[in-house]
Amino acid sequence: MTPPVVYEAVIGLEVHAQLLTRSKIFSGSSTEFGAPPNTHVDPVCLGLPGVLPVLNRAAVDCALRLALATGCTVRRRTRFARKHYFYPDLPKGYQISQYEEPIAEHGAVDFEVGGQARRGRLRRIHLEEDAGKNVHRGTTSLVDFNRAGVPLVEIVSEPDLRSADEAAGFMRTLRQLVRWLGICDGNLEEGSLRCDANVSLRPRGRAEYGVKTELKNINSFKFVRDAVAHEIARQEAVLRDGAAVVAETRLWDADRGRSAAMRSKEEAHDYRYFPEPDLPPLVIDEAWLAAAQGQLPDLPSARCARFVADYGLPPGDAATLTAERDLSDYFEAAACAHGDGRTVAHWVLGEVLRALKRTGAAATAAPVGPLQLAGLCDLVRDGTISGKIAKEVFAHMVTTGRGAGAVVAELGLARLSDPAALEAACRAAVAGNPRQVAQYRAGKTKVLGFFVGEVMKATRGQADPAVVNDILRRLLDAP
Amino acid sequence: MSDPTTVGAAELRERIARRELSSVEATRAYLDRIARRDGRLHAFLHVDEEGALARAAAIDAALARGEAPGPLAGVPVALKDIFVTRGIPTTCGSRILAGWVPPYDGTAATRLRAAGAVLLGKLNMDEFAMGSSNENSAFGPTRNPWDLQRVPGGSSGGSAAAVAASLCALALGTDTGGSIRQPASLCGVVGIKPTYGRVSRYGVIAFASSLDQVGPLGRGVADCALALEVIAGHDPRDATSLPAPVPRYRDAAGRGVRGLRVGVPTEYFGAGLDPEVAAAVTAAIESLRAAGAAVVSVSLPHTEYAIAAYYLICTAEASSNLARYDGVRYGLRVERPTLQGTYRATRAAGFGPEVKRRIMLGTYALRAGYYDEYYRKAQCVRTLVREDFRRAFERCDLLATPTSPLPAFRLGEKVADPLAMYLCDAYTTSCNLAGLPGMSLPCGFTAAGLPVGLQLLGRPLEEETIFRAAFAYEAAAPGSARRPPDPDALTGAAGAAGTAGAAPAATAAEPT
Repeated sequence: MTPPVVYEAVIGLEVHAQLLTRSKIFSGSSTEFGAPPNTHVDPVCLGLPGVLPVLNRAAVDCALRLALATGCTVRRRTRFARKHYFYPDLPKGYQISQYEEPIAEHGAVDFEVGGQARRGRLRRIHLEEDAGKNVHRGTTSLVDFNRAGVPLVEIVSEPDLRSADEAAGFMRTLRQLVRWLGICDGNLEEGSLRCDANVSLRPRGRAEYGVKTELKNINSFKFVRDAVAHEIARQEAVLRDGAAVVAETRLWDADRGRSAAMRSKEEAHDYRYFPEPDLPPLVIDEAWLAAAQGQLPDLPSARCARFVADYGLPPGDAATLTAERDLSDYFEAAACAHGDGRTVAHWVLGEVLRALKRTGAAATAAPVGPLQLAGLCDLVRDGTISGKIAKEVFAHMVTTGRGAGAVVAELGLARLSDPAALEAACRAAVAGNPRQVAQYRAGKTKVLGFFVGEVMKATRGQADPAVVNDILRRLLDAP
Repeated sequence: MSDPTTVGAAELRERIARRELSSVEATRAYLDRIARRDGRLHAFLHVDEEGALARAAAIDAALARGEAPGPLAGVPVALKDIFVTRGIPTTCGSRILAGWVPPYDGTAATRLRAAGAVLLGKLNMDEFAMGSSNENSAFGPTRNPWDLQRVPGGSSGGSAAAVAASLCALALGTDTGGSIRQPASLCGVVGIKPTYGRVSRYGVIAFASSLDQVGPLGRGVADCALALEVIAGHDPRDATSLPAPVPRYRDAAGRGVRGLRVGVPTEYFGAGLDPEVAAAVTAAIESLRAAGAAVVSVSLPHTEYAIAAYYLICTAEASSNLARYDGVRYGLRVERPTLQGTYRATRAAGFGPEVKRRIMLGTYALRAGYYDEYYRKAQCVRTLVREDFRRAFERCDLLATPTSPLPAFRLGEKVADPLAMYLCDAYTTSCNLAGLPGMSLPCGFTAAGLPVGLQLLGRPLEEETIFRAAFAYEAAAPGSARRPPDPDALTGAAGAAGTAGAAPAATAAEPT
C-alpha cells in the first residue's frame, strides 16, 4: 500500500495599499475617506472627455519608500500602461496602472510565524489608480467616484507562502511596514489595504505548481487566515476525490465562512494593456532616489533589534514596542529622557498602552507624553515617590494632563522620609499593638514587618520604609 | 469700414485695437454671414450668438476703458467641436455626446479667451476626428465652399470650410494624421499642425493620444502665426506638452528664404498623385527656389509603411480612448435591463460606422498575444519613419510636398471604400508619426477651380522655419489664396465654381 499523498499549499498574495497622499494620483482632488459621495471629484478623475492625467510625485515618493524598505530594485525609467475593462466605477474604461515596467521588483518581506523566521519574496510593486465604488440600493446602482484616482501600490508576492498562518503573518508584517513608513493607514476594514490570495496545492516534494485559484474580498486579518485555510481544505478535498481544481476567481464570504466561484479563467478579461500615451516615461534620477533613501526611517526589525541591544529589553517587549512607529518613537523619547529603558518599557507596555486603549488616543497624542512619563520615572528613581504611588500619580496625570511633579506636590504624595515627622506614626503603631510588641521583644523579630505595614497604612504608603524601619527598631529595641 | 469679414484675423485685430471698428460690429457681420450662408455649407454645429455678442461687447467696453487689447482682441473665432468648452455643447461630431454640456474649458479655449477672442461657435467634423471628408459627422457633412458637391476634407472640415467661406476670422482644428492640413489644402486656406507637445491637448477630446495635436486654420500665414503664438506653450495640465519657449512667429515674415535648403522627398511624388496637384506643388517649389531657397532632392524610404503603422497606432489608441463613452456618466444612454445590455445598446446607437470600424480594428490589434505583432511593430515603423526624417533634415531645413494626393473629391465618392479614403492621408500621416510640425498653404488651383495645397514640414519645434518659408511664398504668389464664390451664387454643379465671380484663371502655373 502506498502511503496517502501529503499536499503542500503554495500561496502568493496580491496586496493593494492606498497611499496617504493629500491629492489623487493624476488630479488635484482630495483623497480623504468618508466624504459625502461625489464631492472629491474633478473632470480628470471623472474621466470626462478631453482630460489628461498628470502624475502626483508624492505617490511616487510613497512607492519608492516601500520599494527601498523591502529591498526592491527600483526601475529608473518606468512606464504607465492602460488596463482595459468596462465597469461603471471605472470612469475611463481603463485603469492607469503599470504592466511591463513596474516601479520596483525583487524585494522581500521578512516575518515570523510561531517564532520561526520566514521570508516572502516580492515579485513587484507598481503604482496605479483606484476605481470608484458602486453602491447598490435595491434595483438601483449608484456610483461614488470619491475613491476614483486615489493612488495605490499593488504589491505582488512570489508564491513563497505555505500555510494560512504564513499568509496572515506576511500580511501583518506588511501592514506594520506600510504604516511604519507612513504611506498607508493599513485599514483592511475600510479597504485602504486589500488582499487577494492565489492558492494552489501540490504533492509535497513536487516542483511544479498545481492549478491555482484566486481569492478575493478578504478584508480582515482573520479572513486572510480563514479564507486561505478554507481554500486549502477545499482544494485538498477536491484532489482526494480524484477531481481537478478549476482555475477560477472565488469570492470569500466571511459570514458563511466559505468561498464561491466568481468567474472562471475562460471568462477572464483580456485587459489589452498598452503604454499610456498621455504620460511620458517616469524617470527616477539619482537625486530623487537619494532623497527617498534619506527620508527612510529605520525599519521596525532594525529598531526592534536596537531596543534589545541598547536598552536590554526582552525581544518580546521590543517587538511589541516596535509594532507601531509612533509607539516606538514614544518609548524612545521617554527612554532617552529618563535613561533606564527597561523601567520605561515597563511603564509603556503597562500603564501607557492601557491609557491609550482606554482613551483611544494615538501614541503621538498620548494623555501622558513621553517626557512627562520620563519625569514620573525620575521621581521614582530619586525616591520622591514609591512605585505604588507612581501608579496613582500616573492616573492623575492622565486625567489632568499635568506633569508628575505638579501632581505629587498638589496631592501631597511625596515620600515621607523625615524621621521627626514619622516618629509619631511609629510611636502610635507601637503603642497600639502591645501583643505584637511582646512577641517582638520575646525574640520574634519578624513581627517588625507588621509594624512597618501599620505605619505605611497610616501614611497612605508615603512613608519611606527604610526610615520607618530604623525608627521602629529603635523604639522596639529600647527596653 | 468695409465688410469686416473680408480680412483675416491678424488684420481684423489691428483694426479693432485701433478702434476703427468694434468687436460687436465684426461679430455681428460674421453672425449674419453664418446665418445667410451656413445653411448650405453646414460648417457649424452650434452657433453661440448670444455668448459671442456679449463677449464682443465686453471686449469693446474694455477697449473703451483704455485696457490693452489682447493679441486676438475682439476677433471672432470658431472651434472644431472636439474642443471642450464650458457651458457650450460639445459633441465631437458624435451622437454619443449629443447634448453634453461640458463643465470645464480646455486649455485652448482658455487661452483664446484670455487673448480676447470672441467664440462664435463650434465647427463640424468627422465623428471623433475619424475621417478625411467630414462625411463621418453624425450631424451631416460639411460642404466645400469651392464646390458644394465636394467634400471639404477632414477631419477638421468644418474649420477649413468656415475659414474659406469667411464664416469666422480664424478657427482651431486638430490633426492626428492630416486633419488640419488636408482640409486646409482642399479648402484653400492655411493650416498648421505644430510639433507634438507644442500646444496643450488638455480639453481636446482624444482620438489617438500620441498623434493628436492642436493647430490653427486661417486665411493667411500671419493669421496662423498669431493664433499659434496665443495657444502654444507648456501647460501643466498636459504631461506631454513641451516646456520650450514660444517664439513670435509673426517675426518670421519678411525674412525671406535665401539660404534655406528645401528638401523634396521623391516618395511624395509617385503613383497616386494627381497630375494637376503635382504641377501646382512643383511650381510652388520653383517659386521658393526663385526666391532664393536651395532645393535638394531627399529620400524618406519608409514612407510606404507609414499609413499602415499610422492606422494601427491610431485605431489602437482610439479603441482605448473611446472606452469611456459607456452611457454611465454623460452623453447618450440607451437603457437596457442589464449593464452589459446598456453598454451594448448605447455604443451601438451612439457611434457611427467608421468609429465602430476603428474601435474594432484597434481592439483587435491590442488583444493579448497580438500586441507584439501589431502595436509594437507599428511603433518600430514609427521609429524608422522618425529616423528617415532626422536623416533628411541633415541635408535640408524643411521639406516641401503636396498636402493631399488629390484635390477635393465628390461627396459619397469614397464613402464605400475606406481604404481609398485612408490613402488621402498618404502625405500627412508620417509627420504625425514623427511628431514634426507641418503646414499646408494654398498654392493654386486645378483647372476645375479646386484649391491645391503645398505642405511644408520642419524639424521638431522649428515652426519658425516653416512660417519663414510660408510668409515668403505667400508674398511671392499673392494670388495663390482667394476667397471662394458665395455659396448662394453656386449652382452646386461640378465645375460651377468657374461660373462664379472669381474666375479660376489661376491654375497650377499661377504662383510662378
